[in-house]
Amino acid sequence: MPMEHVDGEDKGKIVLFALSTCQWCRKTRLLLEELKVDFNYIYVDLLEGEERSEIIEEVKKYNPQLSFPTLVLDDGDVIVGFNEEGIREALT
Amino acid sequence: MSQADDARVDEFYERLKEQVEEAGYHLNSDVEFTKALLESILVNEDRYGYGACPCRLASGIKEEDLDIICPCYYRDPDLEEYDACYCGLYVSGDILSGKKQLTAIPERRPAPDERIVRSEDETETLGLESISNLPLPVWRCGVCGYLCAREGPPEICPICKVSKERFERFI
Repeated sequence: MPMEHVDGEDKGKIVLFALSTCQWCRKTRLLLEELKVDFNYIYVDLLEGEERSEIIEEVKKYNPQLSFPTLVLDDGDVIVGFNEEGIREALT
Repeated sequence: MSQADDARVDEFYERLKEQVEEAGYHLNSDVEFTKALLESILVNEDRYGYGACPCRLASGIKEEDLDIICPCYYRDPDLEEYDACYCGLYVSGDILSGKKQLTAIPERRPAPDERIVRSEDETETLGLESISNLPLPVWRCGVCGYLCAREGPPEICPICKVSKERFERFI
């Protein structure tokens, strides 16, 4: 899976499913960077073919509405949208 | 972003701002945020052939994405309920004046499995039987709700300027 990795403090496996064109996704990524947590992210809109279909199915498992950003935390919690308070609370 | 792209975004911004203000809408006054969104709409225009909402995953098939071409069908209900559209490009007067703060809002677009892409035939049956003997069909603009009774929808919506394909038969 072509994930981008950002180094930081280990808070378990954190994956951000995002769109490269979305400002709320960008804010979410910048917030994770500000919180200095270790995380992976992927821009779903830049994927093609089978890879794209696979990731879309994966996102739908966490968030059936297939909206972005979808942030999946280590404990299985899912935060949909740029929910600054929720993300801060979960990761600090 | 190259200088040429900058100029293209600036031109888009100026043109859109004037057009939406004239129609009673407001662009987000955070110019940097707004121009980043407009740049992304241009990216989508180049990528898909239509300016899909930058905060939604476009399919690449225009017929499936008519609802999310900016301005999307969800803008007006979202402005009404949350004072902003989903991506934050359009805001209400209250946010513009600083009375309310812009926040991310929930997605109103139905989940992929619940979306209905209407075929021509289905559109035909939407009309009420009791008024099906009207001399002309009535067409509704999906973006602004403009209604007109004529043989077919206008090339361009006279109110919000979106193209013909965003109209659906209403009656």
